[in-house]
Amino acid sequence: MTAAALEIRGLCKKFGELQVARDISLTLEHGARQALIGPNGAGKTTLVNLITGVFAPSAGNVLLEGNDITHLSEAQRARRGIARTFQINQLFRELTVIENLCLAVGERTGACNQFWRPAGAKREVTDEALDYLESLQLVEDALTPVRKLPYGRQRLVEIAIALAQRPKLLLLDEPTAGVPSSETHLILDTIDRLDRAIAILIIEHDMDVVFRFANRITVLVAGKVLIEGTPKEIMADERVRAVYLGQEGSREAPHG
Amino acid sequence: MAESNRASGACQESGTAELRARAVQFMARRHRFRLAEAAPWLLAILAFFLFPDRMAFGTQVLIMVLFAVSLDLILGYAGIMSLGHAAFFGIGAYTAALLSARLGWNEPITGLFAAAALAALIGFISGWFLLRYRGLTLLMLTLATAIMVLEFGNARADITGGYDGVNGIAISPLFDVFDYDLYGHTYYIYSLAVLFILFLVVRQIVYSPFGQALIGIRENVRRMHAIGSPVHWRLVTVYTIGAAIAGVAGGLFAQSNAFVTLGVLGFERSAAVLVMLILGGTGRLYGAFVGAIVYMVLEDNLAKLSPAFWEFGVGLLLVLAVLFARRGLLGLIEDFGRLIGERPGR
Repeated sequence: MTAAALEIRGLCKKFGELQVARDISLTLEHGARQALIGPNGAGKTTLVNLITGVFAPSAGNVLLEGNDITHLSEAQRARRGIARTFQINQLFRELTVIENLCLAVGERTGACNQFWRPAGAKREVTDEALDYLESLQLVEDALTPVRKLPYGRQRLVEIAIALAQRPKLLLLDEPTAGVPSSETHLILDTIDRLDRAIAILIIEHDMDVVFRFANRITVLVAGKVLIEGTPKEIMADERVRAVYLGQEGSREAPHG
Repeated sequence: MAESNRASGACQESGTAELRARAVQFMARRHRFRLAEAAPWLLAILAFFLFPDRMAFGTQVLIMVLFAVSLDLILGYAGIMSLGHAAFFGIGAYTAALLSARLGWNEPITGLFAAAALAALIGFISGWFLLRYRGLTLLMLTLATAIMVLEFGNARADITGGYDGVNGIAISPLFDVFDYDLYGHTYYIYSLAVLFILFLVVRQIVYSPFGQALIGIRENVRRMHAIGSPVHWRLVTVYTIGAAIAGVAGGLFAQSNAFVTLGVLGFERSAAVLVMLILGGTGRLYGAFVGAIVYMVLEDNLAKLSPAFWEFGVGLLLVLAVLFARRGLLGLIEDFGRLIGERPGR
């Protein structure tokens, strides 16, 4: 298979007169570790929503492993192997962690089409759900309702649900947002250990995280790709320094 | 992490295995019947012996419980806001009534199947269009749909009898054996049996993977789309099932009263069932029982006390319930049970 995990061609999105994505093209190879950075309002989350199918693009195409998925719904794309986490947690707050995970496994395997057999009767669904929890060291929280978990643990449940979809492409929208700095390392360790077969695009403001994680970086400014390259190339680029790193210069320093 | 694992390796491993086993057990057992669940059924049987002359009223309560259960399935579990649920009750009522009065089809159980089928069909078609919307929009659309069904019935008074109603509904003996007495004992047992069977169906659905997906849609529809759930299809499915059960409730209503007017399709009935469910507690199966019983007993007694202003009492109770028992009366009972420190039925 030679087709890239994800290929975006000339993606545009207009909300009325407001153009939030301008001719964006992007390629993620299998197992890619790519970061998407840019100032607030650059259109990063919009791009995630275009890739996952929350929004239909005004123009352009999205290809998953060479197949055009532009006209598929969000749910259809999810079933083809696109998973995401949200900038703000989107969980089933009243349900326990294990029920959250079983739902994700159930929707992937089609178990959720069955309305006669009790949900817990299929042992393999529960076991698989527990495997994801175990890999993220969440088993001890399995029986806790999500709303009772600290926010940092909830962020991990977001990732666990995405993994339960067995994605080919994983989009992480600011995975450490809202997490106390004392707990961010837990999430970053988790992301470091993710299966190398999954292509990952991460949106992150923290430059330490970006440089630690990504081997390619795309800089988005005002809905357009400013530059794409290796972390070194991005750091060296004058325009990037001007529009983005300039503001974050102090946080970049510890890496030097 | 690696170091700490090595330090307490064996201990942690057995700990994880135990935690996993507990989670598996929790998932495998969450649908099991608890002893407390026998209470409403025992009460219903007890009422049969204690109030032999109030069976006609008891039958109406059972019918409203069934109607409220059907609303709980779509509203309490799937989060579908509906102010037009009486449309399906009314369609079921008219199906059973007209089958008997116009076509001479008097067998009661097949009458209920027909009521369920027609209500389900209308539920499927309207749900297909309406369930793309949510919240207030959906509330208005379900209300408007119910009004249109009512006005259709009004326009075709030659079939429905309009506000004068359908007379001449006759029901042949149950299974050709059990005939109906003046006090409605047979209707009571018949309604209780239908309620019990359909309640078990709803309970089974709620605890199934499909039922979990419905709760997921209620809790967070964005996440459901993101994990690949065919949300619209799931909602249409459950709306159709809910409509069918409401149709059965309507069919029972027509058969037990031997009379139907356009009132069965009215907004008041949609509102009343919603009030009952919220009063009892949504998304907890037995809330429909508590709400319907409290509402109807209260209505019955207040109406005797003050025929003109009984609704004031119902309104007051609803205000109190919404302010102080956000999860309904059943939620209050659950809290009380927890406070005493004994989980009922264990």
